[in-house]
Amino acid sequence: MSENGRSDALLRVESLSTWFDTDKGVLRAVDGIDFEIARGGTLAVVGESGSGKSVTALSVMRLVERPGRIHPDSRIWFEGRDLARLDEKALGKIRGNDISMIFQEPMTSLNPVFTVGEQIAEAVRLHQGLGRRDALGRATEMMRLVGIPSAERRVKDYPHQLSGGMRQRAMIAMALSSDPKLLIADEPTTALDVTVQAQILELMKELRERLGMAILLITHDLGVVAEMVDEVAVMYGGRIVERGPVAEIFSSPQHPYTEALLDSIPLLGMRYSKPLKAIRGVVPSPLDWPAGCRFAPRCDYTFDKCIANDPPLLPVPPQESACWLCENGRRVPRAAQVVA
Amino acid sequence: MLALRERAARPPRGAGGRVTTGSPEVLMRARGLKKHFPVRKGIFKRQVATLQAVDGVDLDIFRGETLGLVGESGCGKSTLGRTLLRILEPTAGELEFDGVDLNRLGSRALKAQRQHMQIVFQDSVGSLDPRMKVKDLVGEGLRIHGIERRRRESVVLETLERVGLSAESAERYPHMFSGGQRQRIGLARALVLRPKFIVADEPVSALDVSIQSQVLNLLVELKRDFNLTYLFVAHDLAVVGYISDRIAVMYLGKIVELASSDDLFARPLHPYTQALLSANPEPIPGRKHERIVLRGDVPSPIDPPSGCRFRTRCPIAQPICAEIEPPLADHGQSHGAACHFAGTPIADVPAAHPTLVG
Repeated sequence: MSENGRSDALLRVESLSTWFDTDKGVLRAVDGIDFEIARGGTLAVVGESGSGKSVTALSVMRLVERPGRIHPDSRIWFEGRDLARLDEKALGKIRGNDISMIFQEPMTSLNPVFTVGEQIAEAVRLHQGLGRRDALGRATEMMRLVGIPSAERRVKDYPHQLSGGMRQRAMIAMALSSDPKLLIADEPTTALDVTVQAQILELMKELRERLGMAILLITHDLGVVAEMVDEVAVMYGGRIVERGPVAEIFSSPQHPYTEALLDSIPLLGMRYSKPLKAIRGVVPSPLDWPAGCRFAPRCDYTFDKCIANDPPLLPVPPQESACWLCENGRRVPRAAQVVA
Repeated sequence: MLALRERAARPPRGAGGRVTTGSPEVLMRARGLKKHFPVRKGIFKRQVATLQAVDGVDLDIFRGETLGLVGESGCGKSTLGRTLLRILEPTAGELEFDGVDLNRLGSRALKAQRQHMQIVFQDSVGSLDPRMKVKDLVGEGLRIHGIERRRRESVVLETLERVGLSAESAERYPHMFSGGQRQRIGLARALVLRPKFIVADEPVSALDVSIQSQVLNLLVELKRDFNLTYLFVAHDLAVVGYISDRIAVMYLGKIVELASSDDLFARPLHPYTQALLSANPEPIPGRKHERIVLRGDVPSPIDPPSGCRFRTRCPIAQPICAEIEPPLADHGQSHGAACHFAGTPIADVPAAHPTLVG
């Protein structure tokens, strides 16, 4: 690992663990993960519910609330500074400034009693020290940038007066108003209809190209992943089980979980005459992860070693996969490959 | 009262005694079906407007098929599913199920008919009494239809097994189950009366993909084993396409396109269907395709646009679209599309000036 986090990476997360103290014991939601994002890069953290992907996003922003706690060994290097050890005041300067976040439900970040324009202007004033008039001008400009029609009129609207898609745009406008270096997007299009989702995805891609910010995308939707990012980290059971470039992850997944996940989604044109891959059983409890590989109880390839020993991420260039089958390099390619 | 048919033992029903015209036999027929909701305001709850959730739907659902009903939120697809079963009373239109005119049935006769028509929701079980054990939740329909206890228990256990749940689960409570298992309980609850027809309303939308595939596979098995007919309502085009024999696409209370799944994907004729297909994010990186990005949002069903309801977002709308509402016309192979320019590739028609369609 790096000594002081100095590398080309904009964000470099090292052995991040976020645990929650509950009545039933310690819930290890995120349990030792490493990843990094280059300047202007895009990484998707993909996983199913309970995988720890959203807690990962909140941890990077240091927004985990009690009873959650980030383990003291965790390192969150952002431009050479360890966010895991920064005090609230210093964090406040980074949050919403260098790092912005958007959520699935825009109403979590929009205040219903202020107009959309006021809220974006407030964000601008806070982070860029502009005067009231200039800030409102900048807000209008941002709303135009994210494709809100008749922005001059819409700045005076309250959040409830906007449709779901427009609210999402307003939230993106607010997040981008500080010109962040990193945008964390947690399921940004999950609540939207598919045609509106398409609008927002196109918008995010366009803005990324124009503004050059890095994106950390948190999602369960492999379709959105394929479209939006260059790098993927697949999470299961609080761990990253596979990571690598998006094309290779989809075309030759090295971890059995990634493979099963890809095979379980129906693609357009697939028919019921061919059963879908089903992953048997359910995600184990984060209060009591299985010893050994956490996917072993549901895996088709499990052997003795998987039950006894927890595999680390092993190199399978250009990927890395936490699977004992990858110990000697590439694992047997999957039987039925879905090729576009 | 209720004759519980053995699964798969039921012979396919011929046309005996029933008037049928074509080869596929119609199980559910709707003509001119409408469901409007009054919009009320003020202390006197005066009706100020009408929300046209379903506004004139003609639909045949064939025995043994899965008809997919796809559309975005607010298009009326869930309302249509519920109105077909008369869970919601139709505002207008004819409804015929298995040769029976549903509109004419009184509440008692409708209740008897309900054993043949069931519905499964996104989280059917989550909305039920959490103090009831699984066996009581699943057996409720049998109890209502007067099946005595012992027979009830054996049917419940058999049905639980058929949906992949153990006998022990009968004694447990719904909150002890995961989302996927709860959906299995919901299916058991619908199946226990051995219905002919099931409306599955977003049955896998809340599930993780690995669990979604389990439930989809189960739905396919159950349909085969119990000779079921499904109306599968969902917003996910790939999921609907996977499970359905035919697909109806809904927009603002109307069916805008109806075709076999293969034909719909091979030659989508309505611009809305084309946009839906192109908007669907496919898990294939690097796939370059021209995406049709629709502008704006779906208009309100309280005050839908004149003429074609899609015209305000349609990239190929022309002046005629504002004046004349296109009917669902057959374009061969029983492929219906409600568009004046059906089949025109979107790129080929210069977009009309916004003032013409706005």
